[in-house]
Amino acid sequence: MTSRPTDSGLAPGSASRPRLSLNLRVWRQESPAEPGGFQSYRLEQVSADLSLLEALDQLNEQLIAAGERPVHFEHDCREGICGSCGFLVNGQAHGPQAATTVCQLYLRQFEDGATLSLEPWRSRAFPPIQDLVVDRSALDRLISAGGYCSVNTGQAPEGNAMLVGQEQAASAFATASCIGCGACVASCRNASASLFVAAKLAHLGQLPQGQPERQKRARSMGQQMEAEGFGSCSSNLECEAVCPKQISADWISWMRREAR
Amino acid sequence: MPFAREYGGTLATRSFGGALVSRTFYARGQTGQQLLYGAYQALMRQVALGRVELLCRRDLLELVTVDGVARGAVCRHLLTGALEVHTAQAVVLATGGYSNVYFLSTNALKSNASAIWRAHRQGALFANPCFTQIHPTCIPSGDAYQSKLTLMSESLRNDGRVWLPAMAGDERPPAAIPEAERDYFLERQYPAYGNMVPRDVASRRARELCNAGHGVGPGGRSVYLDLRDAIAREGRETIEARYGNLLEMYERISGDDPITTPMRIYPAPHYTMGGLWVDYQLMSSIPGLFVLGEANFSEHGANRLGASALMQGLADGYFIAPATVTAWLAGHPTPAIAVDDPACRAALERARGRIAALLQVGGRRPVDAFHRELGALMIERCGISREASGLRAGLQELEELEHRFHSEVRVPGSAEGPNPELEKALRVADFFGLAQLMLRDALAREESCGAHFREEHQSAEGEARRDDANFSHIAAWEFRGDGAEPLRHSEPLCFTALQPSTRSYR
Ligand SMILES: Cc1cc2nc3c(=O)[nH]c(=O)nc-3n(C[C@H](O)[C@H](O)[C@H](O)COP(=O)(O)OP(=O)(O)OC[C@H]3O[C@@H](n4cnc5c(N)ncnc54)[C@H](O)[C@@H]3O)c2cc1C
Ligand code: FES
Repeated sequence: MTSRPTDSGLAPGSASRPRLSLNLRVWRQESPAEPGGFQSYRLEQVSADLSLLEALDQLNEQLIAAGERPVHFEHDCREGICGSCGFLVNGQAHGPQAATTVCQLYLRQFEDGATLSLEPWRSRAFPPIQDLVVDRSALDRLISAGGYCSVNTGQAPEGNAMLVGQEQAASAFATASCIGCGACVASCRNASASLFVAAKLAHLGQLPQGQPERQKRARSMGQQMEAEGFGSCSSNLECEAVCPKQISADWISWMRREAR
Repeated sequence: MPFAREYGGTLATRSFGGALVSRTFYARGQTGQQLLYGAYQALMRQVALGRVELLCRRDLLELVTVDGVARGAVCRHLLTGALEVHTAQAVVLATGGYSNVYFLSTNALKSNASAIWRAHRQGALFANPCFTQIHPTCIPSGDAYQSKLTLMSESLRNDGRVWLPAMAGDERPPAAIPEAERDYFLERQYPAYGNMVPRDVASRRARELCNAGHGVGPGGRSVYLDLRDAIAREGRETIEARYGNLLEMYERISGDDPITTPMRIYPAPHYTMGGLWVDYQLMSSIPGLFVLGEANFSEHGANRLGASALMQGLADGYFIAPATVTAWLAGHPTPAIAVDDPACRAALERARGRIAALLQVGGRRPVDAFHRELGALMIERCGISREASGLRAGLQELEELEHRFHSEVRVPGSAEGPNPELEKALRVADFFGLAQLMLRDALAREESCGAHFREEHQSAEGEARRDDANFSHIAAWEFRGDGAEPLRHSEPLCFTALQPSTRSYR
């Protein structure tokens, strides 16, 4: 490369930003058939400007150079909108910061020298795959049990043929913002998917297009929830506390009325 | 889908970059995400009805063609590592854009070009690969291990003033720089539009000044976007209410409070206008291969305007493909080919060979290290601003880097079972090929046009200068084998109702 300044962002100068060292206890499990266990690693003097996933990237580069298997974790957007990432950080789904997915959890949230335990979601409905990765396809099956409107869209209708009040649209939006990460299930002692299902029912149930099948949808998604091995809700509200989109657990009571 | 509404219940609209009228429907900052949920739900309904079978956790690695017609694909199962052959009457690719060739971009980390690149190698023409959009308002990188650049809404430029220290190399904190020593460079250079100049202009001016040593933040690679005056004028609460989520997001990522200290922003690769060439049926130059969305080259020309990527998703997926793909199927009732057809076996062998070669290198450097180098090269040589000698040097550097990749990379693990490093290695290997085509295309297009800015082709004021006499055409590249020069075809653009003119923002 030339001596011209570059656009790569890799130029020196970042040294002045804060750095810290971390002890990571990471759940390592080769496959569902083999038992897993924690393995300890140390990251020296990493930038506090990195996200926890970027710290894992850095750890993985070290493991690869040392000839070891890198830590497997899921991710994609890395900006808190796709729902791919998620594991427990010191027992908390997505870690200590409220309204934050683990890809948006930055190291400056932690003290220098802190120890972080990373383990996968633990739930009967989410079978383990490898390390921090679990199979969350049960959530897809919940949606296919009725989390949609079963009218073919047909020709594009005139946009304003159906009016929706501003407050109602905003309320539907708040529930539609669920990213399907599964943190609610992982944090629930009964491994209930109630907040996930309630959010979908409320999203569709508050819009005119969702009215015709409201009751049927609530019943069939409820049945599927049981069939997938999710537990029932005993109102501990942990789900609401960990939800990165801050979806209110009040929707669970709303759902109970719906299913009647 | 919960679109934003007016009090009366009608759909609310918003204005967007490059448009003067308010005409875009939206759902807070999540329009694309909410459209995706709507599509996902409709898809899951078809799954429940047994009409669609989802094969999740697969990467498409090869296209199967028989007598030049698309007849299937080879996929790798990402959990078992098994290679699968899927035969078909038609193949539809909707695999997105290739901004990740730059390593750092606003795209999701798994976005990649492998599907379109592999189809290109099987004969699909690749159109305008050098047309890539760099968005000015992204949160800049702070560390070498940063993995992505997060986009912030352009709307911030409505109230934020962009500035840099007037003196190069000024390392004082922003608050210590007096007003007279601040250069509000967009307002200075573009008195009419000021901070609201289009994306490419804002990006270019920021880069020039950073290159001249005025940049701030880590590595001097960012500019200030300052809300101070807006807060003084309208009050902190108004500004916080207007941009609430955005300011929180900025603080979460950067650790700085944008109310008390200016935000730092820098341009980042965001969208790729180039892609596989398609006709009006969205069929590529390989019959039976359809390409939808950002993966194709159509609709946006040399620069995309705000909101029109989602418009294209709807146009391609809802209006066009349902008619054209079914028409193709109706007209081509050829019997399915067997999964052990020689064409399938050949495609399988190609995929298997690539995987084996990557696993065998046994070098010492991880894939990401090479991807970062590739990104640095591409953003420098073929990013916001390009120039012939730089592009030629880029081709040289790329060849060396690709060679090093294939002799020094370490891909741990095996072909069986989950192996995310192998997935990345396959993608990066394909990005090398695409990067070369981008550099060639940028070199061949001797004009500045849309997001493609060639330093040699600018006006006295430093603005883009098109050459409609020689370049009013689509460049569609044909692959002619490894090591062989690709062939550049051109498809003329015909303007009947309106003629292209020159933009001026001064
Ligand atoms: C941060 C951000 C904000 C944006 N905001 C706006 C906006 O406000 N308005 C607007 O109009 N546009 C916006 N865009 C652009 C727009 O979102 C994209 O252009 C659009 O989503 C592309 O849709 P797509 O379906 O073509 O591709 P994608 O949504 O990228 O989908 C492609 C899919 O294919 C998968 N894939 C890729 N390769 C393979 C392979 N080989 N095998 C298997 N699967 C593969 C990918 O993983 C991905 O899931 C934004 C983009 C970004 C990144
Ligand atoms: S990676 Fe998408 S939400 Fe975290």
